[in-house]
Amino acid sequence: MMDIKMTLNGKQIQAQIEPDMLLIDFVRLKGCYSVKRGCETANCGLCTVLMDGTPILSCSVLAARASGHVIDTLEGLQEEAEEFVGFIADQGAEQCGFCNPGFVMNTIALLRENPEPADDEIRDFLAGNLCRCSGYEGQLRGIRAYLDWKKGVQQDEPEF
Amino acid sequence: MLSFNQYVRAQSLEEAYALCQKKSNVVLGGMLWLKMQNGNKGTAIDLCDLGLDQIEETPEEYRIGAMVSLRTLETHAGLNELTRGAMAESVKHIVGVQFRNVATVGGSIYGRFGFSDVLTLFMALDAKVELYHAGVMSVKEFSDFPRKTRDILVRVIVPKTERKTVYLSMRNTSTDFPVLTCAISGQKDHYSCVIGARPMKAALYDDEEGILAAGITPESAAAFAGNVASRANFGSNLRGGADYRKKLCEVLVRRGLLALMGD
Repeated sequence: MMDIKMTLNGKQIQAQIEPDMLLIDFVRLKGCYSVKRGCETANCGLCTVLMDGTPILSCSVLAARASGHVIDTLEGLQEEAEEFVGFIADQGAEQCGFCNPGFVMNTIALLRENPEPADDEIRDFLAGNLCRCSGYEGQLRGIRAYLDWKKGVQQDEPEF
Repeated sequence: MLSFNQYVRAQSLEEAYALCQKKSNVVLGGMLWLKMQNGNKGTAIDLCDLGLDQIEETPEEYRIGAMVSLRTLETHAGLNELTRGAMAESVKHIVGVQFRNVATVGGSIYGRFGFSDVLTLFMALDAKVELYHAGVMSVKEFSDFPRKTRDILVRVIVPKTERKTVYLSMRNTSTDFPVLTCAISGQKDHYSCVIGARPMKAALYDDEEGILAAGITPESAAAFAGNVASRANFGSNLRGGADYRKKLCEVLVRRGLLALMGD
């Protein structure tokens, strides 16, 4: 067993873990059930969390390596997600919803890095988030609708 | 599932090197490929505290720490200017952003994987690797370096040589492993070509016969493409047969050269 400490969703935590424990299993142990294992081959993006603000696959990072870092899961980013998830739901983009948390986490990372992405930039950034119900077009339409809405809101604001 | 009994964040390269001499111990890169293996290891050696996640620039070269992520390579302005975007093109099709934030250049090169986009491009760039014990050698030499020699890859060094570079790969589906990779580099009128994912590790094919010595034309490009395809060995796996790869090789080399035509 070994000691680790990290900031998980804004809360400082300490724990004793097995040295080969993966971050996905650690955050789930701490109640972050939005983080899911979909593929076992580091391909599906369902386990996406932010480490120091960078999206990573928690299925492939050791909890020990994450020690000393800031980890955010969807549980801690509800407000930021809320702004755009409705637009994706409005498109009926997702059916089973299993891919949703990873998809939302990576969309948050995209919009932080590039607040006004072009369609191809959205496709490139989200290529590592697999959805087996849809053809991704609905999600793309949802994000586009959100960005258009945001632009509209900004345009409505008075200019000084 | 990979399991191990102990995790150590090495505090010096010497410590990491000493630990990795034991056969049952393992050095971690991004751990993406390692995690797919089964087995029980002794100690996992993490290099993450050694400051190797930085790219240093000198007047002559870029010195890329082993723990630099593939995503950092993809978005690095200097490396992309030097390679005319080939750096980004060589990694941007690898799974997804989250994967590339975790995967490291050191792990990608040290593994000398038979599917490696990264090895293909760095070999074409005439890059060198710096090993803690064995010192500096070219990526090409390192690709044939005995696997049983246990060493620490410290950094990868890319010379700022004036050259034209292009990178192409063929994938059956977006974000999958490549069926074939191709990097072409030219200095003045001398060209060489690296073909990877054959599905064996990347190998370099020089323009020994000077087919392109008088410049790239549609005809000379086709001739050199045929020449490379006839010299390279190809194998079969579930992504494609040897004959298909040979055909792809001709097409990618020709397209790559045409992309460089007129530069």
